[in-house]
Amino acid sequence: MKKWNLVFDLALCTGCHNCVLAVKDEYVGNDFPDYSAAMPRHGHKWVDIRARERGRYPAVDIAYLFHACQHCDDAPCVAAARDGAVTKRDDGIVIIHPQRARDQRQILDACPYGAVHWNDELGLPQHWNFDAHLLDAGWREPRPVQACPTGALRVLKVEDDEMQRIARDEGLEPLLSSVPHRTRVHYRNLARHAAVFVAGTIVGSDGTLEACVAHARIRLTRGAETITSAVSDAYGDFRLDGLQPAAGSYRIEVSADHYQERALDFELDASCWLGEIRLDPRTSSSSSAR
Amino acid sequence: MTVRVSTLLIGLYAAMRYCAWRYPHYRDQLAERDLIAQIRVREDDSGRWYEVRAGRVRSRSGIHPNPDVTLSYETAAVAAQLLTPPIDWQQQIDCAKNFRMKVEGPDELVYRFMQLVFAVRRVGWRYGTELGEGVRRYTSMTNAGPCFVYVKDEKIVRITPIDLEAEDADPWAIEARGRRFQPPRKTTLAAHGLAWKSLVYSPDRLLYPLRRVDFDPNGERRPENRGKSDYVRIGWDEATDLVANEIRRVKTEHGPGAVLYNYPSHHSWGNVGYWTSALLRFFNAVGHTRVNHNPDSWEGWFWGAVHHWGNSMRLGAGEPYGTVADLLQEAELVVFWSSDPESTSGIYAGYEGTVRRTWLKELGIPTVHIDPYLNATAAYLGGKWIAPRPGSDTALALALAQVWIAEGLYDKGFVAARTTGFEVWKRYVMGEDDGVAKTPEWQQAETDVPARVVRALAREWGTKRTYLAAGGWGNGLGGACRGPTGVQWARAMVCLAAMQGLGRPGVNFGNLQWGTPVDTSFYFSGYGEGGFSGDLAATASSISLYQRMPHLPSVNPTMQQIPRTSLPEAIIEGKAEGFPRDARAIEGQFLGIRYPAPGHPRVRLFYRYGGSNIGTMPDSKRYIDMYRSRNLELVVNQSIWFEGETRFADVILPACTSFERWDVSEWCNSGGFALHSQTQLNHRMVVMQHKCIEPLGESKSDYRIFLELAQRLGLGMYYSEGMTELDWVQRMFESSDLPRRMSWKKFLRKGYYVVPPPPQRLRAPVAHRWFNEGRAKDVPEPSPLPSEYKRQYLEGLQTPSGKFEFECTTLKRYAPDDAERPPVLKYARSRESIESERAAGFPLQLITPHPRFSFHTEADGKGSFLNDIEDHRVRVGGRYYWVLRINPADAQPRGIRERTLVRVFNEQGAVICAARLTQCVRPGVVHGYESSARYEPLDEGERPTDRGGALNLLTPKKSQIARASAFGNSNCLVQVEAWAGIAEASAATAGANAAESAA
Repeated sequence: MKKWNLVFDLALCTGCHNCVLAVKDEYVGNDFPDYSAAMPRHGHKWVDIRARERGRYPAVDIAYLFHACQHCDDAPCVAAARDGAVTKRDDGIVIIHPQRARDQRQILDACPYGAVHWNDELGLPQHWNFDAHLLDAGWREPRPVQACPTGALRVLKVEDDEMQRIARDEGLEPLLSSVPHRTRVHYRNLARHAAVFVAGTIVGSDGTLEACVAHARIRLTRGAETITSAVSDAYGDFRLDGLQPAAGSYRIEVSADHYQERALDFELDASCWLGEIRLDPRTSSSSSAR
Repeated sequence: MTVRVSTLLIGLYAAMRYCAWRYPHYRDQLAERDLIAQIRVREDDSGRWYEVRAGRVRSRSGIHPNPDVTLSYETAAVAAQLLTPPIDWQQQIDCAKNFRMKVEGPDELVYRFMQLVFAVRRVGWRYGTELGEGVRRYTSMTNAGPCFVYVKDEKIVRITPIDLEAEDADPWAIEARGRRFQPPRKTTLAAHGLAWKSLVYSPDRLLYPLRRVDFDPNGERRPENRGKSDYVRIGWDEATDLVANEIRRVKTEHGPGAVLYNYPSHHSWGNVGYWTSALLRFFNAVGHTRVNHNPDSWEGWFWGAVHHWGNSMRLGAGEPYGTVADLLQEAELVVFWSSDPESTSGIYAGYEGTVRRTWLKELGIPTVHIDPYLNATAAYLGGKWIAPRPGSDTALALALAQVWIAEGLYDKGFVAARTTGFEVWKRYVMGEDDGVAKTPEWQQAETDVPARVVRALAREWGTKRTYLAAGGWGNGLGGACRGPTGVQWARAMVCLAAMQGLGRPGVNFGNLQWGTPVDTSFYFSGYGEGGFSGDLAATASSISLYQRMPHLPSVNPTMQQIPRTSLPEAIIEGKAEGFPRDARAIEGQFLGIRYPAPGHPRVRLFYRYGGSNIGTMPDSKRYIDMYRSRNLELVVNQSIWFEGETRFADVILPACTSFERWDVSEWCNSGGFALHSQTQLNHRMVVMQHKCIEPLGESKSDYRIFLELAQRLGLGMYYSEGMTELDWVQRMFESSDLPRRMSWKKFLRKGYYVVPPPPQRLRAPVAHRWFNEGRAKDVPEPSPLPSEYKRQYLEGLQTPSGKFEFECTTLKRYAPDDAERPPVLKYARSRESIESERAAGFPLQLITPHPRFSFHTEADGKGSFLNDIEDHRVRVGGRYYWVLRINPADAQPRGIRERTLVRVFNEQGAVICAARLTQCVRPGVVHGYESSARYEPLDEGERPTDRGGALNLLTPKKSQIARASAFGNSNCLVQVEAWAGIAEASAATAGANAAESAA
């Protein structure tokens, strides 16, 4: 049985919010009987794009995360619902029924992703149901995918085995690996959101003038372990990304031709810029012979 | 009368009878009004009359004793020629101009009869696609891109981008570095386009005409209450009678020059309904004082760069052609300088450029982003972020030039062969004139960018084939050219590009936004060509459209103008001076405008289209004062929504949206000053703008509103030529190359046509390469004008020397001693610099770039879906506030926390915003987009406090330089403080008032 899946690539999202707006356009003012009741004009974002800012000026990075119902195969909302108010379709889509789910606030409370929204006026929990009414009418892709200008959102209707293979090949991850609900929204480059980086700027000298140190070698260590390394760019900047925030001391060791080596110890609880790291010229030779 | 004419007239009768029998809507049209129409031939006084009564039509040969309407032809030959289908518009117009064909009778009845005749042609037309279950799919076009519109039960269900069908042409492909790049077969729609359903069904829609309660055209007008008083609903007849009578009165008492109209920079899309079309035709027919619009998103290019390299017809921006392929194939570095195409979307291009910049990432071409704000493009592409203080960029640019000269890192061959004046400029750069070498160390004090970074950038740029992306288009538009030092900056951009050998492979202007290899020879008119305005002076109509679509010309005989930069002063003080946006020659901008013109009246009646001034114009409190001036005897506002300054009108005429009327257009085709802006697209696309639903409430299309006013002034037939919007749409279609590719009936039904890309050999050449290689100009643009080539046609640039001029001859001739705009580029510190005295009280620099999600004021406020995007507005206490971005280093000492309200203020006023703390804005700078649609004053004293988000209340009105009318409002000095709320604010105001009373 082929089932619907959504793949979101953080590296391709510009944060344009078209997916958010397409879903608002689809549901505000429109009832789709047996699928969904209209979305309130404001306040609800059944699909959301959440910015994650990492680092500090001038080493800053923005990543955007697609946030919506994950269409879990082991959906806690299905278990929490009474009277069959939430159903799991054969094609993988979870539907919160617009009549049967009335007054069932526990459906919202059950969602570990915060993807169910409460419609005050109707007393109804609501979510993004993958635009099931459109797919059932023959649409090839739901509206957030259609509206996405870069292909950051992609839809796949495949067998579960095939999806697992694709997930393996492309390094796709679930949003929350700690909550194994077998979700149908898969994330690529999730590290842009979850991991931390350390950046810095290597500064040396050129005669009497300050100079950027390009091609400096930066090694990141923790204890005896070398975690990763990088080379500084033309501006002396380096960035080591994909790190896990962790307690305990990290160290970077910087080496560059004509300069004395330097090491720095630091804590890495969030992405950081270590600032300008100044290198002293090697005493034995002139370093200003560029 | 000849047998032929007699047969044609009987044929018309038969057609009308058939349509009345066959089509209910034609019966309805007949039933609207009884009338007797006579068609006659003057040479022998023969004819046939048609009587419409109680929804039925009857006709007799002969002359009716008392017709309401007479349509007469000079001879039977003329009648035969004009009455034989298909209509020959050239003949029709020619005969009308030479009075071979005449109409007599009340305008409104003549129009009705003409419509009964034209409607016969239209009865079989079908449009849209039936999808079953009562849903019909139409097409439309917006500022954000083309779209499908799904309608059920006369209600818009959804608006989506257009996915192409199998029969639509494939897009172009580009081979670069061993890879093949081809865009997907779909169109993109920018965020404001996806918000359109919420704008159509906005709670702020104007649904019927309104009159200010305390405005009495025959008694007290109370202009001081504009913006304060409520409105009373009136009928259309009352509204149009009032406005038409006032136009007549003002013209009679003072002359047409006392009538003034103005429009927003942008308006809902469509060649017929756009302001350059219907509005211009109507006001040319009335006569008016024209507001000369400064090139507000091109300021630095128009007043600065143009003197170095010409391109005046592009307002000083560069040629765009072929740069997408050249960049992907050849460039080794792209420097984005005040360039954020992911936010500005090339104005009209949806997100078409985004996929191309994704290829840039895939190819690993490094990028540098110079902007005080880590903008959306920089955030997406990554790369080196350099954040100079706002307004100081030119110092950074001069330092790059200094390193290039000192280290020999520039194209000496190009500079020697293709440029003049380099030695003069070099002396300034190297400090030989003033003893100050413009080194990286020198610039650091101005920009706060470390000298070492500038030196490193200079070496990277000077040794790699580099594309310079200046402004949102990469070759103009927006960004730093709109700031107080924008003229310097745009000059600096072209000087740097010239030093690096502009036009050699991999060295050019661009950021993959312009310059795709679409077909540039297929013709469909753009909005800048003036639609059916017939205006050959103020639009680009004379180039192609006027010949292709014969229609009556229109001329505004009143030469008086007001420079837009000083519009409020012109009204309040009764005088103003400025400089014109005249693009025909480089020197056009030197001719001053003086208001009032000799012997011309001052303006009394102001007809405003839209409500965006307070959000978009610098120091916009001026507009509030202007509206309350006694010098304006009547203010009309024709608007879709009640927003911004709409509530300052005496009479409000409700216009419908473009989804509620007919129109036609090509995606992203501006024509005129932005010729071939469709080279931003992955697919050129001509789109039928179906009338998807009936106008909401009593709102009417702009075309219709002007028609009804024109009819009251006896100008209805001249204005309309007896046509509806749909008739004009068809004429626009016929004037284009489209009929050779797709039939009218298919186009009307399907709604769009994709123009196939040309084969590789026929793609436009790369911009500026001809110049680099010393060949005749070979890019497909008909500019500069032939006379602007000085030596030989097509040889060299538009400058007096035909070369790139580091020392500008036009400036030397005009004002050689102008310290603000000297013949060679020099750095002058911004008036809004933190080194200025005012910075003691206002220590932060506010930057106000073009908004990312809304489009000017379009799609902001008014219940828009965009209000829910927290990067656009933030909801605090049930109200959506404009966002102010502030670095935590500046927020913390001020006690400002994330999503709390702040008061942004300076000497001009205060705006309440919601703070977003972000590292994306450098310390010392705060960021908030311009163009809030909302103006919600808490108090309106000398210095208003607004919580709508109109940051332009705080920006300076002063022209960038004295010898130009150039906005310089994209950055200004402010202070920011936490705001406790209305209670405290009113207490403070009360306190201040008490203090004043005591004093």
